[in-house]
Amino acid sequence: MAERTLMKGNEAVAEGAVRAGCRFFAGYPITPQNEIPEYMSWRLPEEGGTFIQAESEVAAINMLFGASSVGTRVMTSSSSPGISLKQEGISYCATAELPIFYTNVVRGGPGLGNIAPSQGDYFQATRGGGHGDYRVIVFAPKTVEEMANFPRICYELAFKYRIPTMVLADGILGQMMEPVTFDFDPIDPSVFKTPDWALRGSKPEERRVIKSYDLRPGKMEQWNFRLEKKYDEIREKEPRYEAVNIDDADIILTGYGTAARVCESVMALGRKDGLKIGYVRPITLWPFPKSIFKELGEKVEKFFVVEMSLGQYIEDVKLSLNGKSEIYLHKRPAGGIPTGEEVLELTRKILSGDKLKLVA
Amino acid sequence: MPKIDVDTIRCKGCELCIPACPKKVIGLSKTFSATGYYPAMMVNPEDCNGCRLCAFVCPDVSITVYK
Amino acid sequence: MEKVVFERTKGLTDIPMRYCPGCGHGVVHRLVAECFMELGVQEKTIGIGPVGCSVFADEYFNVDMIQGAHGRGPAIATGIKRCLPDRLVFSYQGDGDLASIGAAEMLHSAMRSENITIIFINNAIYGMTGGQMAPTTLLGMKSTTSPSGRTVAANGYPIRVCELLSAMEGPIYLERVSVDKPAAVVKAKKAIKRAFEYQLEGRGFTLVEILSQCPTDWHMTPLQAIEKIRKDLIPYYPLGIYREPQDDKRAKPKKVAVEKES
Repeated sequence: MAERTLMKGNEAVAEGAVRAGCRFFAGYPITPQNEIPEYMSWRLPEEGGTFIQAESEVAAINMLFGASSVGTRVMTSSSSPGISLKQEGISYCATAELPIFYTNVVRGGPGLGNIAPSQGDYFQATRGGGHGDYRVIVFAPKTVEEMANFPRICYELAFKYRIPTMVLADGILGQMMEPVTFDFDPIDPSVFKTPDWALRGSKPEERRVIKSYDLRPGKMEQWNFRLEKKYDEIREKEPRYEAVNIDDADIILTGYGTAARVCESVMALGRKDGLKIGYVRPITLWPFPKSIFKELGEKVEKFFVVEMSLGQYIEDVKLSLNGKSEIYLHKRPAGGIPTGEEVLELTRKILSGDKLKLVA
Repeated sequence: MPKIDVDTIRCKGCELCIPACPKKVIGLSKTFSATGYYPAMMVNPEDCNGCRLCAFVCPDVSITVYK
Repeated sequence: MEKVVFERTKGLTDIPMRYCPGCGHGVVHRLVAECFMELGVQEKTIGIGPVGCSVFADEYFNVDMIQGAHGRGPAIATGIKRCLPDRLVFSYQGDGDLASIGAAEMLHSAMRSENITIIFINNAIYGMTGGQMAPTTLLGMKSTTSPSGRTVAANGYPIRVCELLSAMEGPIYLERVSVDKPAAVVKAKKAIKRAFEYQLEGRGFTLVEILSQCPTDWHMTPLQAIEKIRKDLIPYYPLGIYREPQDDKRAKPKKVAVEKES
């Protein structure tokens, strides 16, 4: 079936989007995601799609606002500071219920930071970096193959729920190469019926309007409750996670994306040494997979979170565990890479009862 | 007989049509409209020649012109 | 029996417009609507409403409408037009929306010569937010953020958009008009229709700048406000064509843009 090819993460997510029917991309140069617009600049025209290098990330997200309003599958990408610039536009898309897809290849921050990999944008991605009560579905790949295959799911959920979706990657995932097998055949967007809400130029009696404001008393509140109903449904149906060796675990190692890979290898090393290490990785960061943590919190006493930030994901872990277990955090922000050795070393200490600084 | 019909719901009594009319046909009514303005009206209806200039400048598109 | 020689266009919805008495927006709304109706493209038109007094444009234009973030109309129009090249796409914007926060989007959509039309209302003030200084507020002109009058030292020079864009290759058609009197309104409509025609011919970026009165935030009556357009605005913002396709029979032989009165 699909053959296995070696791909760079940035190119994988771009090809995955095109393969899933993306036909409009607007972006702007910023390291470490430059290969995405570069790839799209020749690949989209091959499919009769549109590539625009916008004058800024702000313009790019608003081009998406326009292109998606007519039903096109759209994409933009950036890295940390660029995603910050897009937040107002994303809030507009969420409110107007436009199914956009975008990728953040996270770099060291805050400020200009550096161009090294990091996970410092978790709050921005999962708490809505823009204004107002809105949510965005966030997928966190840990392999280049997932970078390639997640866009299809993102577009499906985006159009099903009419909500922005994103892939939260980092500089490692974006820049490294790994073998990729696509788990779906190329989708020609002409198979999709133009959604009824999409603008197209209508008969006056069928006039369509897309907007994100309502000044009439109480109306915006009702709009928020309408959005909340959608978010609740997504929270209930769409969380995804991966859990391994959790039945006999004395400690659960957890992280997402690249940090999850470190947890996985530490678990393997530890298991060889007879350490009963379990591993949980959220695949969707929003909706957060609370259930698995709630369940594990009943029977596992220790959780060890590994993050390439000062600790943001850990807050969702804490919320889900609700005070049940001891939680430890290993944090390597802004380009710091947690190594297997150091995490294994710390895991041994925790298991031997060494009261490392508990996370308050 | 050319004439204009002013939609007194839309008209806000802004007076822009008054100097626009070459025949000085229009003035403001002395009585409030339902929307609380003194709407425009023909004060010299016999002079109207249906030239539409009043309607051209009306910001609320509240004038219909007959000829 | 009399015959109707002027009536409200079906290009506008029935909703009474909520602009202040005497505001120029209402006139321009009528002109834009009449143009797409007369061109027979109502069912192929998509309009973009800005943030500003005309944020409510989606309620007034009887076509598919989308309301975008402040200043981003040209980018939104780009996205729509690139996906639906045969539609008529216009971005209706005020001076704060276009020439202040949206200046980059204005310049770059013009540079790319996106095949869109920008309807640019220049009333030299921020209306919706209560009368602050706009990039087009004239020197010496008072506003709630230039209370003793705009000065070069503190606030720089007002921006002349048509002249600015006419220095670029991208724009196909640039004209500045006004709505201060019937004859001007007729000319304004011609300009808008011409911009739409060029767009439908696929020629590229068109923009019509319309000097418009804002009685409320200029703190004067509507009649005084149209006088201010003639006395203050037009001298600094000369009316005229700043770019037009030379192969159009209406085009005047190429010469330097309308000289400003010395």
